[in-house]
Amino acid sequence: MELLINLTVNGLATGMLIFLLASGLTLIFGLMSVLNFAHGGLFAWGAFSGVWFYTISGSFIIGILGAILTGIILGFITEKLIITPVYGNHVQQILITLGFMLVLAEMLKVVWGPNQIAAKVPSYLAGSWEFGDVLIIKYRLFIIIVGFVVFGIFQYMLQKTKIGLIVRAGVMDKDMVQSLGINIKRVFLYVFMAGAALAALSGVLFAPYSGVIYAEMGFEFAILAFIVVVIGGMGSFPGSLFAAILVGLAGSYMAYYVPALSLAVNMLLMAIVLIFRPQGLFTAKG
Amino acid sequence: MKTLLKVDGIHTHIGQYHILQGISFEAREGEVSVLLGRNGAGKTTTLKTIMGLTPASKGAVQFDGQEITKKATYTIANAGIGYVPEDQGIFGDLTVEENMKVAMRKEDEAAFARQDYVLGLFPDLKKFWKKDGGHLSGGQKQMLSMARAFVNDSKLLLIDEPSKGLAPIVVEKVMEAITEMKKSTTIVLVEQNFIMASRIGDRYTLIDDGETVHAGDMADLIRNEEIKRKYLGIG
Repeated sequence: MELLINLTVNGLATGMLIFLLASGLTLIFGLMSVLNFAHGGLFAWGAFSGVWFYTISGSFIIGILGAILTGIILGFITEKLIITPVYGNHVQQILITLGFMLVLAEMLKVVWGPNQIAAKVPSYLAGSWEFGDVLIIKYRLFIIIVGFVVFGIFQYMLQKTKIGLIVRAGVMDKDMVQSLGINIKRVFLYVFMAGAALAALSGVLFAPYSGVIYAEMGFEFAILAFIVVVIGGMGSFPGSLFAAILVGLAGSYMAYYVPALSLAVNMLLMAIVLIFRPQGLFTAKG
Repeated sequence: MKTLLKVDGIHTHIGQYHILQGISFEAREGEVSVLLGRNGAGKTTTLKTIMGLTPASKGAVQFDGQEITKKATYTIANAGIGYVPEDQGIFGDLTVEENMKVAMRKEDEAAFARQDYVLGLFPDLKKFWKKDGGHLSGGQKQMLSMARAFVNDSKLLLIDEPSKGLAPIVVEKVMEAITEMKKSTTIVLVEQNFIMASRIGDRYTLIDDGETVHAGDMADLIRNEEIKRKYLGIG
């Protein structure tokens, strides 16, 4: 039982990091029909800039805010310079965003050097709580709480505010939203910046979780995020949360019980969903 | 009577296809102008081109004295044109209330008064206020689409095939509503059902193979058996 609880907490923490990355991706995918392979690069920039802000200020909160700000700025630049010219052309989007992902990774090396950088958990989040044989690592619990809080905030915005309704409507029918007098391109930009901010938040939270950060970290995590978007359904925020937790838990359990399958399990989950429900587990109705 | 919309020789390409090859017509203030023609003649594309959804490659569209040919769709809508597309464009995951909220540009007293007015025309919408748009019947979706277009103070409504696929009793309700809306706004209507079109239309434009072939008063068309037979297959 203790083992199961520990594996579940680990799986949930990983799932929440993937969720933060995938939630931005699913909105960008669903609303803008943009295949953004540079999303992992924004995640890595969030990690590096966050650790830098954390190091120079001594405050992890400032590190998180700095990473989010970096994400927003990079999101603005990426949308304006990289995405805008290739709207509506998936092949060009894949090529240019993959290329930009490489540029982002190389730029990290230019700014912070080619070596891995260590990232420490802040003292107040270090250590663990013991409940009998159950060991709850504080930082993992922190990630889980942040994930649920972000989900709650975004879900509230999407469900209860006008801009949220517009975003959801845009996922379903962009032309109709424009025909109602709404500048969908501006909405695209805001969503892209929000998605980039979420990727950066995921990156800065991932840094102390993994202990080291490196320029290519975005490639690995972005693949998981794409799997989550496919499983959860493009454009579905709750779908991303559900799928990210599923992927996180499956990875955690498999790594312990069937280690040989731990890497394949995510692909297997995606394949099953694609066979039986190709539109994903949650979808936006048109 | 003042000309509110002037479409002058527009050509539209969609991919490699040359869909509109010279459409011209005018919509006068306070009137219902009906676009008639067989399936595939170019009526829907004409409305989409006016809205900027399939921009014209040649020709000009003027609305309320302003050139809108190359403007973005949202700018055209904000200039005062409401659009009810053929597929109704309902946001299926949003409730009726949320669909109306997205459509309402200014949430002021006047907009809520217009909303109350349009809910009076379509009481079903009030009944299903909290229901997802995707779960409405075809007729209710049509009503919601029209209500959304009407809730803003639009000077012109473009309504595409409002009777398509609806039961006769629902068509009757929709037509009654259009007749009511006509009192406060100008309407350009695409309609296959000639009986309905002739009942509410003041003027007509006949489109065939992407071109305007005839235009005039609806009363004249009703009497002209030859044109009706040749271009509409009726009479």
